[in-house]
Amino acid sequence: MQEVLINTDIVAEENIPDKSKKGFVALSTEGLTVTFDSRPAISDVNISFLKNKVTSIIGPSGCGKSTLLRSFNYMHDLIPKSEVTGKITVLGKNINEYDSVGLRKKVGMVFQKPNPFPTLSVFENVIAGLKYTGNNKKSELEEICENVLKLSGLWDEVKDRLKVSALALSGGQQQRLCIARTLAVSPDIILMDEPTSALDPISTSKIEESIFHLKQNYTLIIVTHNMQQAARISDYTAYMYLGKLIELASTRKIFTSPSEKLTEEYITGKFG
Amino acid sequence: MLSLCILAATLAVVPLIYIFFYTTGAGLTSLNFDFFTALPKPFGEEGGGMVNAIVGTIILIGLGGLFGIPIGILTGIYVSEYSGSLMSNVVKFITDVLSGIPSIVIGIFAYGLIVLPMQRFSALAGGFALGILMIPTVTRITEEMLKLVPHTLREASLALGISRWKTTLRITLRTASSGIITGILLAIARAAGETAPLLFTSFGNSFWSTSLDQPMASIPVQIFNYAISPYDEWHRKAWAGAFVLISIVFIVNLIVRVVTRNKYSGSV
Ligand SMILES: Nc1ncnc2c1ncn2[C@@H]1O[C@H](COP(=O)(O)OP(=O)(O)O)[C@@H](O)[C@H]1O
Ligand SMILES: [Mg+2]
Repeated sequence: MQEVLINTDIVAEENIPDKSKKGFVALSTEGLTVTFDSRPAISDVNISFLKNKVTSIIGPSGCGKSTLLRSFNYMHDLIPKSEVTGKITVLGKNINEYDSVGLRKKVGMVFQKPNPFPTLSVFENVIAGLKYTGNNKKSELEEICENVLKLSGLWDEVKDRLKVSALALSGGQQQRLCIARTLAVSPDIILMDEPTSALDPISTSKIEESIFHLKQNYTLIIVTHNMQQAARISDYTAYMYLGKLIELASTRKIFTSPSEKLTEEYITGKFG
Repeated sequence: MLSLCILAATLAVVPLIYIFFYTTGAGLTSLNFDFFTALPKPFGEEGGGMVNAIVGTIILIGLGGLFGIPIGILTGIYVSEYSGSLMSNVVKFITDVLSGIPSIVIGIFAYGLIVLPMQRFSALAGGFALGILMIPTVTRITEEMLKLVPHTLREASLALGISRWKTTLRITLRTASSGIITGILLAIARAAGETAPLLFTSFGNSFWSTSLDQPMASIPVQIFNYAISPYDEWHRKAWAGAFVLISIVFIVNLIVRVVTRNKYSGSV
């Protein structure tokens, strides 16, 4: 616990005293501002995410959680009138050094609503990211498919149904398929934007369970509207409000003794 | 309001049904095996068929589709997936205008562009005219079907590190494919019945010819020629031709139904 708290302080204070500790940080931002049509959705966000940890981002609807997340894999490129300023460092390199394909291979994303490719089978969905970027070795693809489906906790349910349409799966299974699909391209960082908000409690707990296992090998950044979920699954929690990062600390600290009054009000349900 | 709708629907459907049964009644009697296998006979001789026109229509449609369909699909992709730029707005505007141009004008265009320089009517010119005719239909259906594909699918694909172009080709286009195929088949069926653009491009031919640089018979032009003749025998042949055309449209629509019920078409 002690070690975690030290890391928390590093992250929270944003002053990494010892440069050698930079290795702990998978992704960080400095003065990150995102505007749509010149209106800022998030402004001056300084945040760091530690390697092999789960960090939750919580906050009321519209506070900029998705906007923050989507600036980590160039998703704003798709929106004509958006502008991203400030510095983002991904795996020790300035984000500008990555092209969009390269960045997205390092930083995967799982979306709010399960969105499997409807014309593809379960198997084809899982390997889509590899196949359409040039990997065509069938035996290799089959092996990867099995591995990532096991990681996302779906293998036992679909191992005899790999050839069926992905739409034949239930919503919860589809979301785990989307997680498997993201894992297949072996990213280092996985972004999840309210991954369970469209799912029933049983599917939700299955996904939370796989998130718990995934942090051994991946850095996870998860937006959630559900505070209990943040408390259950994350090592660190960031609280955002009106486009600003209010506080980032260990999950325990956020939920027991937050430093900021705004955080406390949100946690205790005074608003939001 | 509902009764008005029902009335309008009836008014729309009754002529269609009437045309269908009338043509069937008038055409079926002069339909026989010869009609599909024999060449037209000069007036006065009994029998004869339209095999050259049937094959001609298939060749002309093939020629037209060969360049009209790919150009239409690519233009549709451009307008839908790369929308927002001035260029794509201009392209969209032009295809909209093109779809409103009467087909006879497209025929004149092909006449000026191909028939005059070649100094003869040809299948090539006819196919070209039909192709131009297909472009706006195919473009629009492609654009509309692509726009029906949820944005989240494109995002999902891009987020996997799949390039924009591959995303369009492998994910978006494929998801919209059954709708696009439907639209293409309907564009083909429509082009198959076009007479005006063929009158002064592929013209017509009473003989067997598959040369692309020669005039070529087609069902609609053959119907036209028979219908304006003074002979009852030829009028009956025109009805039979009309029946065959309607059957083609009918069959294409049936194919569309089957195709759009393919295995993973659940989404669009
Ligand atoms: N594509 C967009 N165009 C314009 N405004 C947007 C867009 N996406 C988000 N916003 C605005 O940015 C703000 C933050 O939105 P978002 O990041 O989606 O919030 P959250 O995920 O926390 O609910 C909102 O005010 C929203 O209206
Ligand atoms: Mg959101």
